[in-house]
Amino acid sequence: MAPLALYNSLETYLVIGAMLFGMGIYGMVTRRTLIGMLIAAELILAAASINFMAFNRFTAPDPATGQIFTLFIMAIAAAEAAIGLSITIAVYRHFKSIDAEDTAQLKG
Amino acid sequence: MNPSTLASPGLFTVEGLVGVVFLTMAAITLVGGLIACNSDRLVRSLSGLVICFVGVAGLYFLLNSPFVSMMQILIYVGAITVTISFAIMLAAPEEKRKIGPPSLFSGPLGFIAAALIAGGFATLAVKTEWTVHDKINDGSMKVIGLQLLTDHSMVFELVSVVLLVAILGALVIARQGREQ
Repeated sequence: MAPLALYNSLETYLVIGAMLFGMGIYGMVTRRTLIGMLIAAELILAAASINFMAFNRFTAPDPATGQIFTLFIMAIAAAEAAIGLSITIAVYRHFKSIDAEDTAQLKG
Repeated sequence: MNPSTLASPGLFTVEGLVGVVFLTMAAITLVGGLIACNSDRLVRSLSGLVICFVGVAGLYFLLNSPFVSMMQILIYVGAITVTISFAIMLAAPEEKRKIGPPSLFSGPLGFIAAALIAGGFATLAVKTEWTVHDKINDGSMKVIGLQLLTDHSMVFELVSVVLLVAILGALVIARQGREQ
């Protein structure tokens, strides 16, 4: 397929979404700080949104539903970021660190 | 989707220029994602996230929805990354502090897992025969507004309640222990 015609096929967007998802998983596994994990989670959410929008554009009968769902994903992501960051700050106050390895108070 | 659109357009036709813009946006998205998941310092990782989100907004624009593209810029680039940067400044994480040897997960095994998942999804996306339905409306901003307040009004209201509770909960959690 010609590279300049890639923008008009569903599979291109799905592959971009899969690559973003893989980057998010990689960041989630390798990051040691809570904020780094949150950034990786945002990448995963962006990948999911791209998939929704691609299916919305190319296959769905009603092209408004996917856009509305993506708006809901954005709202939930905003709530998730606010809660996650306040938890991060509370953890930092308590442990003086946001490293995920240091929050081991229950470890015997 | 149909074969006539898959023919190679000339570079200086409208389709060709749209293709160039698409390739640029896809490259911006992927490079931003790579910076976000790979850089050592959290601030650089956050900048990568911003770059990635700008690219994603461009992709949304090419997917025929300028409204969601605008919302992506406003909410993600404008609000969420600023919140994360505040958290980075408030929590002041000590960078480069390694505790012992990194576990097996945080190296090649993590990369292999991520590559397997991404490759599996990509293969699934390319191999599957997707059924295409006829559009019943044009998906414009007017249709989105009408559907938000009619078909999806319950979820619309619930999302506002969820956001309110999230803001209150964030304040409550972050305030604890402040008087110490």
